[in-house]
Amino acid sequence: MTNHWADIKNANVIVVMGGNPAEAHPCGFKWVTEAKAHNKARLIVIDPRFTRTAAVADQFVQIRPGTDIAFLGGVMNYLLSNDAIQHEYVKSYTNAAFIVRADFHFDDGLFSGYDEAGRKYDKSTWVYELGPDGYAKVDPTLQDPRCVYQLLKKHYSRYTPEVVSSITGARKEEFLEVCKTIASTAPADRTMTSLYALGWTQHTVGTQNIRAMAMIQLLLGNVGMAGGGVNALRGHSNIQGLTDVGVLSDLLPGYLTVPKEADKDVDTYLAARTLKPLRPGQMSYWQNYPKFFVSLQKAWWGGAATKDNQWAYEYLPKLDKVYDILTVFELMHQGKVNGYICQGFNILASAPHKAKNLEALSKLKFLVVIDPLVTETSTFWRNAGELNPVDPAKIETEVFRLPSGCFAEEDGSLTNSGRWLQWHYKGAEPPGDAKTDLEILGELFHRIRTLYAKEGGAFPDPMVKLAWPYAVASRPSAEELAREYNGWALADLPDPKDKTKIVVKRGDQLTTFGQLTDDGSTAAGCWIYTGSYTDKNNMARRETADPSGLGLTPSWAWSWPANRRVLYNGASCDPTGKPWDPRRALVKWNGEKWVGPDVPDFKVDQPPASESGMAPFIMNPEGVGRLFGADKLTDGPFPEHYEPFESPLAKNPLHERAVASTNPAARIFAGDKAALGTSEKFPYAATTYRLTEHFHFWTKHARIPAILQPEQFVEIGEALAKEKGIRDGERIRVRSNRGEIVAKAVVTKRIRPLTVAGRTIHTVGIPIHWGFEGLTKPGYLANTLTPAVGDANVQTPEFKAFTVNVEKLGVA
Amino acid sequence: MALESLDIRRRSASQTRAPDVRKHTEVAKLIDISRCIGCKACQAACMEWNDLRDEVGLTNGTYNNPIELTDRSWTVMRFYEEELADKGLQWLIVKDGCLHCADPGCLKACPAPGAIVQYSNGIVDFQQDNCIGCGYCQTGCPFNIPRYGVTDGKAYKCTLCSDRVGVGLEPACIKTCPTQALSFGTKEDMIDIANARLVDLKERGFDKAAVYDPSGVGGTHVVYVMPHGDPALYRMPREASISPLVGLWRSGFARTLGVLTMVSVVVAGFFHWMKVGPVDPDALPPREGE
Repeated sequence: MTNHWADIKNANVIVVMGGNPAEAHPCGFKWVTEAKAHNKARLIVIDPRFTRTAAVADQFVQIRPGTDIAFLGGVMNYLLSNDAIQHEYVKSYTNAAFIVRADFHFDDGLFSGYDEAGRKYDKSTWVYELGPDGYAKVDPTLQDPRCVYQLLKKHYSRYTPEVVSSITGARKEEFLEVCKTIASTAPADRTMTSLYALGWTQHTVGTQNIRAMAMIQLLLGNVGMAGGGVNALRGHSNIQGLTDVGVLSDLLPGYLTVPKEADKDVDTYLAARTLKPLRPGQMSYWQNYPKFFVSLQKAWWGGAATKDNQWAYEYLPKLDKVYDILTVFELMHQGKVNGYICQGFNILASAPHKAKNLEALSKLKFLVVIDPLVTETSTFWRNAGELNPVDPAKIETEVFRLPSGCFAEEDGSLTNSGRWLQWHYKGAEPPGDAKTDLEILGELFHRIRTLYAKEGGAFPDPMVKLAWPYAVASRPSAEELAREYNGWALADLPDPKDKTKIVVKRGDQLTTFGQLTDDGSTAAGCWIYTGSYTDKNNMARRETADPSGLGLTPSWAWSWPANRRVLYNGASCDPTGKPWDPRRALVKWNGEKWVGPDVPDFKVDQPPASESGMAPFIMNPEGVGRLFGADKLTDGPFPEHYEPFESPLAKNPLHERAVASTNPAARIFAGDKAALGTSEKFPYAATTYRLTEHFHFWTKHARIPAILQPEQFVEIGEALAKEKGIRDGERIRVRSNRGEIVAKAVVTKRIRPLTVAGRTIHTVGIPIHWGFEGLTKPGYLANTLTPAVGDANVQTPEFKAFTVNVEKLGVA
Repeated sequence: MALESLDIRRRSASQTRAPDVRKHTEVAKLIDISRCIGCKACQAACMEWNDLRDEVGLTNGTYNNPIELTDRSWTVMRFYEEELADKGLQWLIVKDGCLHCADPGCLKACPAPGAIVQYSNGIVDFQQDNCIGCGYCQTGCPFNIPRYGVTDGKAYKCTLCSDRVGVGLEPACIKTCPTQALSFGTKEDMIDIANARLVDLKERGFDKAAVYDPSGVGGTHVVYVMPHGDPALYRMPREASISPLVGLWRSGFARTLGVLTMVSVVVAGFFHWMKVGPVDPDALPPREGE
């Protein structure tokens, strides 16, 4: 979230698209209720299904799965052609005025530089034109035909209300009604918040779905404002923490990145990431990258990381490619993976294409499952009849099950969607022989390191020299780790303004990442968490005081970065430093410094843009928000509608070129491509989702949620049911080209047939929660149906849009 | 059950006068349907607090689960899809359970002394140790709430957490509701809140929004805010009232008739005995096995 949960109450308009918070985030949804009750907020829900969120919405619009960009592109067209944007914000705080290179172009679904054989773009033309001073050229009048504003207008002029309706299936008048409500937040004193979740990410255009909304919010001046922003509602209680500490194959903690093979030495690595300003006077905060990186290396390898050995750069793996979940399972399927450690992840159910996952896991030599529950992954070898038709005799994978405790059985912090690190204490001991994850990993590491120390090996140094300063080596405590993430001084740190004074004494905890250095005098395991554990554990704070009334509660827990509650809050003020909306003031310039109820997202003593020229998007080299994404993403500087890889339409109505029907930059493996179905055999659009009563595949192991939602079902509209002669509660078979499931039918008015490109398209809704383990009635894993293809940028699988066929079964 | 006998205002099938030294303010639960997201947290809380676990059932083609109220499911969410002329598709989610009538049909119909009581705060509670499992409370209820235990045959329903309320806590469902669709307090306050909600709903175009506090049962201690007004849309009776049969059954006339019938049977038996004499066991045909 750019903002945070309680901030939703400050919104005037709430758009829920790509999410279903009433069902997936019922506790957080209370802030939507607050906004409606106390702020007269209007709630708009745009979704392939009429959800429980839609049940309390002011307006609901049904769209076909995978057509969000068509809808949002249409909204942008509406805002631009009706001049419903916040002009001063767009001019001062976005790259609308920047001039793009003359050879950048977009033609029939492809941006310039496409390499069809490699399915990727040469992005060298997707950049700004630079002046002789090295800075990007701008046209503040926004009239230059090559400026971002004009290119943007042109790009989305194709997304007329008629086109939007024809692609998405939304009725034109419904769409225009939504546009009108969204446009009502262009004035400086009105804001809209966007709430989204996996309904946007689990697409081959997932990243661009989110970007499209970010662009709308920039056009409306809603980024940085209380009650505004683009807000990811994370799917697990600590999944924000997972990404923050970099538990992804290409990330290091604090959104630093794992080196690539091309990064031959530490200087090459750092130079590519130490971004210089693209406009005069901009902060370009990533210029501090070396300080964060060196401090991380010092936290990991302590005395073994020195300037002379490039801060132990050698010890880091160098990526030849990204090892995302789809790649790993592809390699496993090819028999190229020997062992797999699966911790807190029911991968058999959570990676797409279950049949492939089964074959892949069966080719492993060993599988280690660390989990509190008997997951389907841990018993993937078990024959469960049609639900898991395997022959255990033919599977040689050795499975080790290490029972772990659950979140309530250990101390630690959970980082919520709003970036709050909230410390909690264990409520009980893990049962039986179960150990906490920390103990399991601690012991595992200890034994592996002993082996390396004893037997050597190809490259023992990274293991043997790893700093391990914990009181009990086999059992690091959550507190010790939290202190390490925060970081400490390895030498006395002098005050930069007065070198005779010491700011932090050697050995003391740091209080802000501003104290980090690149000379080896500081260590910090995750720079964005610096400040969370100073001389005391700030994550454990529980003061409810909220002087501003905006829900900031600055002394409740701790929010990264720097306890800032609303990101980009410098943009909540006009260029002279006055809040756009004084009733929602987060920060302001008082003539000497930035002050206010929130921690300013700006250099605290730097005058505002009108005086200093420094714009508030300080992480970007441009200093402003990007309407034109430049070369940051793999699949284009502007979001464009591409059909899902499995679509009920044979071709993208917007493009003639076949390669631009689906996302041309999305990667798909040959076997996975062969497993895609055609619209003739699988004519219905399908989507998967969660229900309130369950949390993924966990709660089916608990009695009460099992009672509340006991048996697998699939939702189909009344029209399709009538066509197929299916009645409520009857068993139906749902097939994709990859497999089939059998479930009861919920026949509903809440999924209506849509008219898309002149045809009638039905949508089938498939909840995910059942499996062959647990207390609920046994059911099929929903990923039996889903395709193995991911987002072009981050490879999140396309669980939200694929195609199926449906048939009625005999009497149950 | 935590409320003391001191607080009992009415008691089924009993003539004794209620104690009146202590008075409680009347309480109520407010169910604001316009805020309800059907998350079933109230169902979970009800199970947790009352230590009840129903069967892991089946799905019947709706989101309702358990599908019905049972002896172990004292509240259930019901989901109704309605296509309304002025509002289009609506998914109406109704939390079902006892309404705690001011004039409770169950209590009136109950023939077992003290099996149903009404406390002075308005809560209607079943005292299962006195229940004879006759089923009359179900007939007496205008809302089809009481359910019978599969093994013990006794009647069960929502207690409005009388054990919690008796010690100053809110009912478990209220405490857990994430969107404040449920509130609890004095009946007066709940009606005030409900009326304030109507103002907001009308501003959003719900012109027919109304509060459901049916007068046919003297008002209830569970009141609803119904955004679309018409109770029938929410499958609630427009005119809730106790079946006239219950009145008849518990009336002086029925009692007199019953007493007269019993007396006539005794009198008739007496004359039969006088005329025919006692049964002669030897004159009966031998039973099988004798």
